[in-house]
Amino acid sequence: MMDYEIVVGLEVHAELSTQSKIYCSCKNEFGAQVNTRCCPICTGLPGTLPTLNKKVVESAARMGFALNCSINRICKQDRKNYFYPDLPKAYQISQFDVPLCEYGFVDVLFNGSEKRIGITRIHIEEDAGKLLHGDSFSGSLVDFNRCGVPLIEIVSEPDMRSAAEAKAYLDTIKSILECLDISDCKMQEGSIRCDVNVSVRPMGSKVLGTRCEMKNVNSFNGASHAIECEAKRQIEIIENGGVIVQETRRWDDDKGMSFTMRSKEDAQDYRYFPEPDLRTIVLEEEYLKLLAASIPELPNKKRIRYMNEFGLSEFDAGLLTENLDKANFFEECTAKGLVQPKNLANWLTGDVTRSLNEKNISLNASNLTPAKIVRLVELIEKGIISNTAGKTVLEEIFATGGEPEDIVREKALSQVSDTAELEAIVKKVLLDNQKSVADYRSGKSNAAGFLVGQCMRASAGKANPQMIRELLIRLLEE
Amino acid sequence: MELYEYSALELQKLLKAKKCSATELTQSVFARIDTVEPKLEAYITLTKDNALKQAAKIDDKFSKGENAGALAGIPIGIKDNICTDGVLTTCGSKILYNFVPPYDATVIEKLKAAGAVFTGKLNMDEFAMGSSCENSYYKKTHNPHDILRVPGGSSGGSAAAVAAGEAVLALGSDTGGSIRQPAALCGVVGLKPTYSTVSRYGLVAFASSLDQIGSFGRTVGDAALLYDAIKGYDSLDATSAAREYFNIADKLDGNVKGLKIGIPAEYFGEGVDSEIKLMVLKAAKELENLGAQLINISLPSTDYALSAYYIIACAEASSNLARFDGVKYGYRAENYENLVDMYERSRSEGFGTEVKRRIMLGTFVLSSGYYDAYYKKAKLTQNRIAAEFTAAFKECDIILTPTSPVTAFKIGDRFDDPLAMYAADICTVPVNIAGLPAVSLPCGKLSGLPVGMQLIGSKFSEQTILNAGFAYERSCGEYGNVAKI
Repeated sequence: MMDYEIVVGLEVHAELSTQSKIYCSCKNEFGAQVNTRCCPICTGLPGTLPTLNKKVVESAARMGFALNCSINRICKQDRKNYFYPDLPKAYQISQFDVPLCEYGFVDVLFNGSEKRIGITRIHIEEDAGKLLHGDSFSGSLVDFNRCGVPLIEIVSEPDMRSAAEAKAYLDTIKSILECLDISDCKMQEGSIRCDVNVSVRPMGSKVLGTRCEMKNVNSFNGASHAIECEAKRQIEIIENGGVIVQETRRWDDDKGMSFTMRSKEDAQDYRYFPEPDLRTIVLEEEYLKLLAASIPELPNKKRIRYMNEFGLSEFDAGLLTENLDKANFFEECTAKGLVQPKNLANWLTGDVTRSLNEKNISLNASNLTPAKIVRLVELIEKGIISNTAGKTVLEEIFATGGEPEDIVREKALSQVSDTAELEAIVKKVLLDNQKSVADYRSGKSNAAGFLVGQCMRASAGKANPQMIRELLIRLLEE
Repeated sequence: MELYEYSALELQKLLKAKKCSATELTQSVFARIDTVEPKLEAYITLTKDNALKQAAKIDDKFSKGENAGALAGIPIGIKDNICTDGVLTTCGSKILYNFVPPYDATVIEKLKAAGAVFTGKLNMDEFAMGSSCENSYYKKTHNPHDILRVPGGSSGGSAAAVAAGEAVLALGSDTGGSIRQPAALCGVVGLKPTYSTVSRYGLVAFASSLDQIGSFGRTVGDAALLYDAIKGYDSLDATSAAREYFNIADKLDGNVKGLKIGIPAEYFGEGVDSEIKLMVLKAAKELENLGAQLINISLPSTDYALSAYYIIACAEASSNLARFDGVKYGYRAENYENLVDMYERSRSEGFGTEVKRRIMLGTFVLSSGYYDAYYKKAKLTQNRIAAEFTAAFKECDIILTPTSPVTAFKIGDRFDDPLAMYAADICTVPVNIAGLPAVSLPCGKLSGLPVGMQLIGSKFSEQTILNAGFAYERSCGEYGNVAKI
């Protein structure tokens, strides 16, 4: 039984969140009533002409910089001709042989290490409309609202080797799009879509197998699933002595299988030619320099840095870099250098996030400031309050915006950490709970937990639980 | 003389002097339409009620001493491939039999602002494809000088209407000669401006890189006046030239002393009727007498222009006309089995023969495996032709040629021979390929049929060619007369 390698390439289409559509001044907005966000230009009425929205080029070029591409300072748009009811001009304005960006790469964090995935190209194009199928109507209805929404298409090299790697790539692309604020990446609204290219080959082979393209992948999980199923399908064919037919297949997530859409023979001839209604796109050096400088530290890079600089786990680093506000907040905290970054991370990703979600407010809108959370963590690290007391302080900060020390004092939350005092408590509890002591000594280690609880009760919750536990175990062992 | 017979420049004076009103003028033109339209069939849609309303508004402004616009009260006809808000726009095709645009072309907005009065939408070869107006789904327009003959095309309705006094001025469009050739055949002045100087927004596209809207008038001054009103940068047309535009009509002085006129050998070859050649050269001599200098030049790639044109134009047309699919507006076949069947039937039934011929030709030259041999090569040839003109314009200021190789042919004569029909364009097509301005003006008659000469200029030199035309017109008289029908 041969070992096979899966080879995956992805084409991601992302809708840009510009104010207007790409070739007309219609509002670029999701969810409006059917056919209310369109005009003679985006519905392709006779006589209308497209004019390019500069913001689209700006966003695409910034994505190009973020993905380490070389930007073509001179490029053009082309017509891709085909018939479909959701395409009113019967051609899509896209970019064929001279795309805006080429030859890039992105470093994806996967299984604890970075893998470099090549980016073949990024180009700009217009979206088509939507077909709606209803029960009360035997045909299809066309909604042109989405016509002319600006898209960038990001094509990767076939560098991925598993469904999981592909998902990591997709998550990374999405995080970069969000970080640059050029797409809202809402898969459920269709603002990010993905076509998947899969082939297989014997492990160790340097030759690429025949690939199949899968369309209608509607989620990142769907992409994963589609890749696994397609790899399986291809391997089965090969194992049975068959040959893979190069084709485009339609993925059905509900059924968990794909179906032939069209084969190479039926492949569409799009009769590409340069769009005569639009001028060449020319980008000045100075302009490109400004754009390049506007790229912030990207989430995937930030994540690696947090792991290296602060010793955070991949998971925690991921949570903190999920959004820019959280990351900036965290770095303001660590800049003070007063507490362990790991502890800060735990609080931010744990209780702080949970509480913000419950209250449905953002970090920046809340009463919590970097200074306050640092002070809170400091108090815990120094043993002045317990972790549990810390949670109470946090809630109080959210509620009143008060200073941690004031709250500790007002609510008398400081814990007892004096060894002598604690020893007295422990000794008394041991005396009062001979049965439990005996249980512990006869092997029931759970009894220790019960005894710690008793000590906490005896101290009205004010004892330093770690110290109690240490003292208790020491005394029990004696 | 009837009001409909005057030129626009003369009418402006009459209106200003209150010798007539805009309403009277409009009524005069429509009375003329009533009389001759049954013979000429130049119009697809007449907009009399609206015209009278527009005229009344203009008269009101005149009475208040308000500025009513540069073309206030002048009755103008519009070729039916220019979108007019609320008014049927068919492009001479069955596939747009019921298409009423919800917007005005930019040139229409400009004319409205200039106070123009619109007489109606003029007949044309379907989607501007043709040289005789016989390819219209609706009707065949007749030449006012001989109603058994074609007016030329594709702006046949525009040329005939102006020649017959059914409009004072008219808009046409020119992709390979569609303004100049009918102007020559109908004995009127037709101007195709430099590509990019008149907005194409609202012109139903045939060949995007070649189409231009232009003006018809019975005199050079009139054609200039209309061009002045429609030219200019438009932000809705990305191919529109952002530069300074200057009015021409008020600067024509007819001074051609020292003007170098190139006579290209290739335009006076076998393909052109010998009597036409003589007549055009006679006109050139006239300009020489007025102080111009005639220079022999050569444009060697002229022979390739027609082929390059048909490849480029058909390729772009095949894409531009793909949107007519029966889905959203226009003609949809009544019976069909599925989506593809609907597309095929609607387009087969909705398009005429010549349109289908060109769509197929265009689709072929763009198809994979043939793109390099045809489309790409045609575009390279285009560069060469343009470069030859540029080189020629280093030796001369304007170039003079016949407009049409023949005078108006009989209706039906060339209809079944597409290549013979295409040959009508040999003198005009190279100009579109190079994006240059050119004007056709009458220079005589052969057996009662008008002959036109073409003056070609370098880019943005409308002033120069129109001034040379004005010089000739002024010296030769017999201009601006409405044809007797």
